[in-house]
Amino acid sequence: MSGTWAYIAQRTSAMIMAPLVILHLVVIVYAVRSGLTAEAILGRTQGSLFWGLAYGLFVLAAAVHAATGVRVVISEVTRWRGRSLNLAVSAFGLVLLVLGGRAVAAVVL
Amino acid sequence: MPTMSALNVSVWRGAADGRFETFEVPHSTNQTVLDVVTYIQRLLDSTLSYRFACRVGMCGSCAMTVNGRPRWTCRTHVTKVAPDLRLEIAPLKNLPVIKDLTVDMSDFFTKWQRAKGRFAPTKTRSDPVEKIIPDSQARQAADAGIECINCAVCYAACDVVTWNPDYLGPAALNRAWTLQNDTRDGDQRQRLRAVAGDAGCHACHTHQSCQEHCPKNLNPTASIAGLKAAAFRAALTGKL
Ligand code: SF4
Ligand code: SF4
Ligand code: FES
Repeated sequence: MSGTWAYIAQRTSAMIMAPLVILHLVVIVYAVRSGLTAEAILGRTQGSLFWGLAYGLFVLAAAVHAATGVRVVISEVTRWRGRSLNLAVSAFGLVLLVLGGRAVAAVVL
Repeated sequence: MPTMSALNVSVWRGAADGRFETFEVPHSTNQTVLDVVTYIQRLLDSTLSYRFACRVGMCGSCAMTVNGRPRWTCRTHVTKVAPDLRLEIAPLKNLPVIKDLTVDMSDFFTKWQRAKGRFAPTKTRSDPVEKIIPDSQARQAADAGIECINCAVCYAACDVVTWNPDYLGPAALNRAWTLQNDTRDGDQRQRLRAVAGDAGCHACHTHQSCQEHCPKNLNPTASIAGLKAAAFRAALTGKL
């Protein structure tokens, strides 16, 4: 049962990330090609609801996806399964969420 | 049958800590790998243990690892798998070796039970016979997986079984999927519960090794994908 929810979380986060990865790449290429300075980038992102939501969602999806993926890899490579593994990967996902969230806050707020 | 030349055959002897022993076996036309093993047991070493029953690809008891791949040996021609006339015959992978070419199939069959791979009737003999529409979507899905002979070739070919010994495996899940599509079956909710989860359909990597090796050309990967989608829907609608 918990396996089914982990599966759902992993697949849904992948579906959310797919278009966001493309958006992220487009943003990088655009910023580099048009030679935007850090200030110019921050000028566009600060206070922007759109960029806050887009990158906030990206960070959330990536944290969920990485945690559920690592859960599968660990359970296949080692004998570690069950509750303690679920807790450990949840903690890992939370760390990613906090780190990513701080980065988003830094460019948006 | 005219003998053309000699085969060089390495055969696994002993249990898990055994070793290969080499035999020379005359090669003949239309010879199967099972013929080779039988020749060794009848004429060269009567202590060799192996299983077979039907010799025509129906019973599923003769599977072994032939030159590294799991195969049904009664319908595997030597010329097809050993053009250089060298054969290496080992027991199936992912199951404990009892002796020589025989493995303990208990896990494999226990998992069929765990996956509820058993028809649960909803009618008695006094009820009228249920009409099954052959071209309905459900019946076609069931038919696509129904010809399994329980040979465990797919089970031996699946890496996820190696990594996670609890994994139910392609054959049991394929069987469960045929029953999920059988409109006469009355245990579908329980069965979906039994096959969802980390030891069930969600563990499958969809790498299709089972489908590639299945001698009956079944596609357990597709059946498992069907179970994944069904479990996904059931979980979201609170029916799992
Ligand atoms: S597709 Fe799934 S069941 Fe088939 S061999 Fe791969 S992991 Fe195993
Ligand atoms: S699905 Fe194919 S390979 Fe697997 S047990 Fe059935 S017949 Fe054998
Ligand atoms: S002996 Fe029955 S399937 Fe090979």
